[in-house]
Amino acid sequence: MSDVVEARGISRRFAGVHAVEALDLRLEAGEAVALFGPNGAGKTTLLRMLATLLRPTRGDLRLFGRSVSDGGAYARRRSGFLSHQSFLYPDLTPTENLEFYARMFRVAAPAERVHHLLGQVGLLGWAHRPVRTLSRGLEQRCALARALLHEPDLLLLDEPFTGLDVDAGDMLRDMLREAHARGTTLLMTTHDLAQGFALCRRAIILVRGRLVWSGGIQEHERERFERTYLAAAHACNPQPV
Amino acid sequence: MFALIRKDLQIEFRTKETFASLLMLGLLTLVVLSFALDPTSELRLEAAPGALWVAVIFAGVLGLNRSFLVERENDCLEGLLLCPVDRGTIYLAKTAANFLFMMVAQLIIVPIFVFFFNLPATPALASVFLALFLGVLGFAAVGTLFAAISVRTRAREVMLPLLLLPLVVPIFIGGVKVTARVLAGKPLADVAPWLNLMGAFDFIFLVVGWLVFEYAVEE
Amino acid sequence: MQAVRKSVETVLPWLTLVTMAVAIYMVFVKVPTDKFQGIVQRIFYFHVPLAMMTFVAFGLVAVASIFFLWRGSRFWDRLAHSAAEVGMVFCTLVLVTGPIWARPIWGTWWTWDARLTTTLILWLIYAAYLMLRTMSGSGDEGARYAAVLGIVGAIDIPIINRSVYWWRTIHPAVLITRQGGSGLGDPRMQATFAVCMVAFLLLFVWLLYVRHESGRLRDAVEDLRQQVLAPEQQR
Repeated sequence: MSDVVEARGISRRFAGVHAVEALDLRLEAGEAVALFGPNGAGKTTLLRMLATLLRPTRGDLRLFGRSVSDGGAYARRRSGFLSHQSFLYPDLTPTENLEFYARMFRVAAPAERVHHLLGQVGLLGWAHRPVRTLSRGLEQRCALARALLHEPDLLLLDEPFTGLDVDAGDMLRDMLREAHARGTTLLMTTHDLAQGFALCRRAIILVRGRLVWSGGIQEHERERFERTYLAAAHACNPQPV
Repeated sequence: MFALIRKDLQIEFRTKETFASLLMLGLLTLVVLSFALDPTSELRLEAAPGALWVAVIFAGVLGLNRSFLVERENDCLEGLLLCPVDRGTIYLAKTAANFLFMMVAQLIIVPIFVFFFNLPATPALASVFLALFLGVLGFAAVGTLFAAISVRTRAREVMLPLLLLPLVVPIFIGGVKVTARVLAGKPLADVAPWLNLMGAFDFIFLVVGWLVFEYAVEE
Repeated sequence: MQAVRKSVETVLPWLTLVTMAVAIYMVFVKVPTDKFQGIVQRIFYFHVPLAMMTFVAFGLVAVASIFFLWRGSRFWDRLAHSAAEVGMVFCTLVLVTGPIWARPIWGTWWTWDARLTTTLILWLIYAAYLMLRTMSGSGDEGARYAAVLGIVGAIDIPIINRSVYWWRTIHPAVLITRQGGSGLGDPRMQATFAVCMVAFLLLFVWLLYVRHESGRLRDAVEDLRQQVLAPEQQR
């Protein structure tokens, strides 16, 4: 089974600063990986590169076996991205939003699929109100539905638990577990070690754009990991002058 | 691609904001220009085509801006970029939507224009619409590209006219010329070179826009 | 690379200075006064080379923009930016020297003839280009947007020129045929003209080089600054 993600020496530069530098990463199909790192470490940049929103300024990136330099549409069809922003049009209803994205992703039987997903995230009651009128929590649920709409093989999540209430957080975790059980590959950035450990079996730590640690994680090793993480973060963060 | 256009139309039906602005600004411009031009003088008739096209451009700039402001909330443009579509296709769909909005607005503005300037309602008006069709298409082609850019700059609303007006001069001159000739009763063959110019402009910039749009929206 | 740079830096300014000096001497002293237009005609020797360099500059902006979008190297972006700034200066001078010549000859400050109008619009596009660069967020975006404008603008200029030219031919009363580069009978005039062309070409190249160097150094300083603030980690 070929790798879902294969990154070799990828870098991304923004006006002179390397947000991500010389990174090697391999994600095999079906893995669930947590991406940790202090603020500004380049986690979001890495995620956006994998979502083909950014192009690496150097290095070789392959998604689903294909290089991203040919436009990346192929990879996008099989990836889902969940971020702080919901990507939902505020003037349209959840149903309309989801049906739009369903058509864009060529989902079969879009209306039924949308209806099913809205049921799963508990939004059927609000399905016909403009997104503008929904609370943040409900909007996030709709965003989750959007990410899962086309049953992606790769799910990229940028701090998905931020701002969610307990119920929504539980629901998200369950849905992610379900997706993972189906064989979806997960890559999730989070500050919440608990959630990371609950869902993922592997973790990588990014500091200042470089990969500093990669390895398997188990639930009971959390404290030890926390110490490793803090040490790694401090070691690479010299005191300000 | 139709899904994209349909989406823009849906949003528009819901809010009608863009359309209303297009219409109102176009009408207001015509009214103001009518004040500027003495209603009794001969000059008025000569200046009328210019007034129409000024109204088209001013209103158009506003409409174009809005078409991308729509995508700014919740970062919807990124949502679009995450879909498995070519960036060029997004460009064409946006251009098509903008074109449609502007043309529909013209359907209302032109009769009012005829009314304000006391022009004879001759069959020549069909030719005026032809000129508008070509002109608005070119305007939408270049405008959509630069609207995508200007919405992401600091000066936002101001940036677009700054960028756009010099570039659409051929369309503007062509449109005014054709409208003037046609309203003066000249046959269409007379203005053929202009129509060709505008057509060429449209084609060239649709292609260029399609090729270059990804640099305008991606990071 | 350093060696080439050093030699260019010493030779080019002197070459420019000398040629310019010769040109000015020829324009103001050597060349005979035009029979019909009088002294004012001498501006022509400056005006036309300036105008040609303006358009060359914009062509350069377009080409550099294409390479920048295609290759991504900051060198091309800096080149485009430098060409735009220098081109803008030259364009302004064209628009200033034109009316100075026109007033005594044609009696008006401004005419809407094809070439002058196209130059005016080019000036507006230059201005838009430079404003776009300042008004964009972080450096990278501005470069890309400006490149798009450079390319579209360059493709548009011939079309604009054509449309303005057609526009003018409808109103013969205001139509004035501008004397082009030809019409210089006297070989001394031709020589002067040629020298001026070379002088302004050199001036353009030199200014371009200086501006580009300044941009390169500024970028290098900025890079160093960023690196100091966010130092490389030891691995």
